[in-house]
Amino acid sequence: MRGFARFPGACGFARSLRALAAFLLLFVLAFGLRTAQAQEPAGEAAPAFAEAAPQDLAGIVAGMRDADLSGLRASVGALGALGEVEALPVLQALAAGTLNQSASGAMAIRIGPDRFVEAATGEPLEAASLGALKALRINNALRRDIAAVIGGLTLRNEDPAVRRSAAAQMFASPDPANLPLLEEALAGEEDSRVRRLMEQARAAILLRGGSASAEEITQAAGILAARGDRASLGLLNGALASAPEAARPALQEAVAKVRNRLAYWGIGQNVWSGISLGSVLLLAAIGLAITFGVMGVINMAHGEMVMIGAYVTFVVQNLVRTHHPGLFDVSLAIAVPAAFLVTGLVGVAIERGIIRWLYGRPLETLLATWGLSLIIQQGVRSIFGATNQNVGNPSWMSGAFELGGLTITWNRLWILVFALAVFALLLVVLNRTFFGLQMRAVTQNRRMASAMGVRTPWVDALTFGLGSGVAGLAGVALSQIDNVSPNLGQGYIIDSFMVVVFGGVGNLWGALVGAMTLGIANKFLEPYWGAVLAKIAILVFIILFIQYRPRGLFALKGRAAEA
Amino acid sequence: MIAGGLFNRLGSRALWVAGILLAIAVLAPLSNLALPEGHALRLPNHMMPLLGKYLTYATLALALDLVWGYCGILSLGHAAFFALGGYAMGMHLMRQIGPYGVYANPVLPDFMVFLGWKELPWYWLGFDQFWFAALTTMFAPGLLAFLFGWLAFKSRVTGVYLSIITQAMTYALMLAFFRNDMGFGGNNGLTGFREILGRPIAAPETRAALFSASAILLALCFLLCSLIVRSKLGKLMIAVRDAESRARFLGYRADHVKLFVFTLSAMMAGLAGALHTPQVGIINPGAFDPGASIEVVIWAAVGGRGTLIGPILGAGLVSAGKSWFTTSFPEIWLFLLGGLFVFVTLFMPRGILGVFASLRAGWAARRASARKQAGVDPDPEPSEPESAPVLREAAP
Amino acid sequence: MADWMGLSGRALLAGVLSASLTAGAAFAQEGEPIKVGILHSLSGTMAISETTLKDTMLFLIEKQNAAGGLLGRPLEPVTVDIASDWPLAAELARRLIEVDKVDVVFGCWTSVCRKSVLPVFEELNGLLFYPVQYEGEESQRNVFYTGASPNQQAIPAVDYLMNEEGVERWVLAGTDYVYPQTTNLILERYLKDKGVAAEDILINYTPFGHSDWQTIVSDIVAFGSTGRKTAVVSTINGDANVPFYRELANQGVKAEDIPVVAFSVGEEELSGFDTAPLVGHLAAWNYFMSVDTPENAAFIADWRAFIKDDKRVTNDPMEAHYIGFNLWAKAVEAAGTTDADAVIGAIVGLETPNLTGGVATMLPNHHITKPVLIGEIQDDGQFFVVSETPDLVPGDAWSDFLPGSKDLEADWTDPVNCGNFNTVTKVCGAAAP
Repeated sequence: MRGFARFPGACGFARSLRALAAFLLLFVLAFGLRTAQAQEPAGEAAPAFAEAAPQDLAGIVAGMRDADLSGLRASVGALGALGEVEALPVLQALAAGTLNQSASGAMAIRIGPDRFVEAATGEPLEAASLGALKALRINNALRRDIAAVIGGLTLRNEDPAVRRSAAAQMFASPDPANLPLLEEALAGEEDSRVRRLMEQARAAILLRGGSASAEEITQAAGILAARGDRASLGLLNGALASAPEAARPALQEAVAKVRNRLAYWGIGQNVWSGISLGSVLLLAAIGLAITFGVMGVINMAHGEMVMIGAYVTFVVQNLVRTHHPGLFDVSLAIAVPAAFLVTGLVGVAIERGIIRWLYGRPLETLLATWGLSLIIQQGVRSIFGATNQNVGNPSWMSGAFELGGLTITWNRLWILVFALAVFALLLVVLNRTFFGLQMRAVTQNRRMASAMGVRTPWVDALTFGLGSGVAGLAGVALSQIDNVSPNLGQGYIIDSFMVVVFGGVGNLWGALVGAMTLGIANKFLEPYWGAVLAKIAILVFIILFIQYRPRGLFALKGRAAEA
Repeated sequence: MIAGGLFNRLGSRALWVAGILLAIAVLAPLSNLALPEGHALRLPNHMMPLLGKYLTYATLALALDLVWGYCGILSLGHAAFFALGGYAMGMHLMRQIGPYGVYANPVLPDFMVFLGWKELPWYWLGFDQFWFAALTTMFAPGLLAFLFGWLAFKSRVTGVYLSIITQAMTYALMLAFFRNDMGFGGNNGLTGFREILGRPIAAPETRAALFSASAILLALCFLLCSLIVRSKLGKLMIAVRDAESRARFLGYRADHVKLFVFTLSAMMAGLAGALHTPQVGIINPGAFDPGASIEVVIWAAVGGRGTLIGPILGAGLVSAGKSWFTTSFPEIWLFLLGGLFVFVTLFMPRGILGVFASLRAGWAARRASARKQAGVDPDPEPSEPESAPVLREAAP
Repeated sequence: MADWMGLSGRALLAGVLSASLTAGAAFAQEGEPIKVGILHSLSGTMAISETTLKDTMLFLIEKQNAAGGLLGRPLEPVTVDIASDWPLAAELARRLIEVDKVDVVFGCWTSVCRKSVLPVFEELNGLLFYPVQYEGEESQRNVFYTGASPNQQAIPAVDYLMNEEGVERWVLAGTDYVYPQTTNLILERYLKDKGVAAEDILINYTPFGHSDWQTIVSDIVAFGSTGRKTAVVSTINGDANVPFYRELANQGVKAEDIPVVAFSVGEEELSGFDTAPLVGHLAAWNYFMSVDTPENAAFIADWRAFIKDDKRVTNDPMEAHYIGFNLWAKAVEAAGTTDADAVIGAIVGLETPNLTGGVATMLPNHHITKPVLIGEIQDDGQFFVVSETPDLVPGDAWSDFLPGSKDLEADWTDPVNCGNFNTVTKVCGAAAP
């Protein structure tokens, strides 16, 4: 099998590479500064707390000892009646699960490893003196209460960021009882961003409360229409039923406006999901584009290379966790070269041990590598066990940010960046390095290359190693979104083959375009047909497409194509 | 399409193999049914469905080898045809349960009742008739293969592209059959069969009859394949396999040859699947798994592709090995099986039959030293066009 | 020559087969070990869940042997690998009973595995203990269902969400196979009976091993942003859960806003990812590792010593095997023999303590009594029990919420002795002509 690699000419390539690099740089600069996690879902109204007799902090905290969930709920209500400075640390500790009751009788807040303070007074406690500790557990209802109470308490905090999150919390759980508090805070607020959030929260409360005047509702509808997210739509829809007649047109107009905006952004969201799926497919397929596309080796163990890459990530992360916990956030950066090296070496070993005996018999490599994939899967299962392994997301890959109406999760954004970077690097290696030159020479005319002094066996081994190493890189990325289990690779092998065949064997650009096309098409079909039918439709499409273009999207022309 | 007078061409070897298979078809059930329990020559009860299963696998491997070993079409989706046949038979067996299902619904299978289906989907109609089901086990896979092949071979999709899209086909079918809304029982598939042709399906006599039917089917398929490969059509197949473009330039319709063989092979696979379902008692979408199709390819490769006996041997050996390994070495059996595949491809490139053949060739060469290196291609250089990827390797 | 080839092939085949035969042949004698078949997937897609259950069985057998075995005879495990291949499961079940002559089999995880081996156990009169929560709609004389049926898991969970969290809108998300389909049908009927409108229920199915959850999580967020409390009832199958929860966490779906209650996510699944962003999402089971009872503490300690891993978790299906094994052992002791008919006759009505402080009773329908626990996920991968049914819930083989089965009843004691007895027509369904 001699699928010839015909990459674009050096000049055009350099230009496209520069454009790509510039794009990447811009991308990183634009989003490098993390915005706050901006998911503000609509919640139900927090319950109004019964006005209990005022209690002092120590009394309330002591009462939380051995309290059941309803007892804790009452305590949280009582804490809300106290001042911010007093109650906040206890509430935050309760929410975070760091409030403990100790055998010695103290209520202790854990502030670090083996460091505790007394909950009511804030005085440090000797860890050794506490005895057995039991953390106070809370449930969802209580978690909501605490958030609402904290929101109310911190509306006038001096830090604008805290005030913002308090206002956001008020918006998320609009409680008419908080309206006077909010209006008071709004009157004294000077930060424009906080003001806007507070106005939105006020609008939410007015719409939720059901007792607002038509004029107030009209104004609130305007504010929420400007906000325009799903939570706003929910509030507007909810208000439609009970609103006075006079406010209806404004509400309906606002609903229509938000709907339009969401529909518009919905298309964008689909495109983003598709690009993201495409980047995952690209990563999984690009190693195959080298081993299968360039070398003509049908490597059924490709998925297992991906899987090994994910396990390397797991091992690296575990080592980092035990030895240098502070470096956890960069553990992926360490895993990237490690995974490349390990899988690359495994690839070289496979090539030297098995594949090299099978050149000229491409379909036999399929059988041998299939056997190999069984062995690798069982090997990993024997070493690590059959269960999933825990690979954590570093903080810079957790959460999401909003871009206009798009919700973009950080891990998928970084995977896209990573996929494009790997792609660009591969282009450079294949087109701009001596190794790439040798590799192309060997795949295009093995005997001639050999006659010119190229050590073809080494080039073969290194090419296969490169393809496998790139599969290992895919494993690092996939460990962030999928199971790390012995079956990981099986889920991607068929999709990878589809991408390579659809894009055109022997062409890296084909893999890129193929992955993105299939990803986006899949994501556009999914909302209408469901995930299963969408996938079937894509497969049928590929089968039909191959009839139309038997050599894939980026078909090679000329004699190479006939070979 | 097959020219007459092919019967004279049937070699003695083919007749011997068919004869042995027919003898097995009679003797094995006899030993199971007639001999008393504990007799040394008696085949135990559990072996009957097991051996019957291997026989259907052998038929499937044979069908695959007809297209792969002789026509150069590496189908990575042949298990799909087998599964389609299996489903057609399974649908009939489900209808045969009749009112004996747990919900006592006279028409609807149990899984439809509890998923709240009100009436039988149209594509289940007719499956209460055995003849209809039996025809469908052949024609459903045949039709699929015809449509697929008609598209693919007309467009001259060859080599790995063809292999990968056959894989896409079986994968798409697997996903489709997994869907509960398709009305084929979803992941659970079809199971809980009671009767076939009015006989209880678990009775030893029924098992024996199914075993015989499997052996006879294999014998008939073997004879048919032997006829084909010895005919002019067979020569043409090999020509297409080795140099498709040349065959086309000489005026032969390569696409017609391929289409015919592919469709025929799918029908054989479908029949094998139909006999597989009642013997294992279940057909579920796992049968469409791309891995299952690769396993079929491995059977043919292990036994020796490009021969007709090889795939039968390979299917039996690998399946028996799997049965044995999974019970005796449950923790490490994948190492053994995987190792076997690697070993066979590296050291026995022409399969088990290839080893015998080269042993025999060596023996003959020593005896008649005048005829050195008989039948061995001295040029190992892969200088031929890519469309002849199969059997291009140097002789060992 | 041709002759020789054919014969050699047959000889090879016969050789392998006879080797496999002799490997398992055994002759029953007095004092001979009691053989316990373990029929789980140790490779393939289901290995991820089932390997633990195989180890659990080995652990239980070792413990029983250390305590003197059963009827004065030692127990001997016979392990096979069904490799997530269901026709192979039927073949190996037959082998276990016919060739290895096992006295009882513990095994299967998926419904398709159970359905596939069921005819074998019926035909050869074997015993199967099935340890996983399932869709119900089945009761077979030779099978004992020690996992939950829908009324022991799904319905109490929905009740909790409705009453405690005030949920009004429901997303029923599941993997497209029979357990989620049936459970969701039951829940849909149940919710509608409770007055939930059709447009407040969103049902979504995904394929096995689905890994790209972006669209579905977005849909859930959209469905949940109408201002009314929304919850997700997840019957998503094991493997697909990790990417699903990761996407939930990253898209910021918080338990306080849209809680997800899962029926297939336990401690074992949670150990596969960081649960800190998922605190508060729920699961309904009949056992949690975090339940504080002396039996459970001892079980966990023994299990960790056996598996030589002091971080290893326990989960609900493990408890089901624990209960099933103890019930079987008691039945064998009561019957004085391992004979299948005697055990089937003796086991109904037997009781054994479960690990959560209650008692598991084998019911006439071959299901058991179980407590229903609702737990919230904690940041350490464990569950905090937020609700527990006051009484044990008896397992119901036939759902009252499906039109086809509401009149059916299973009772394997005399005089009914039927798995699908129609209480209206007073006829045993399958036996009707």
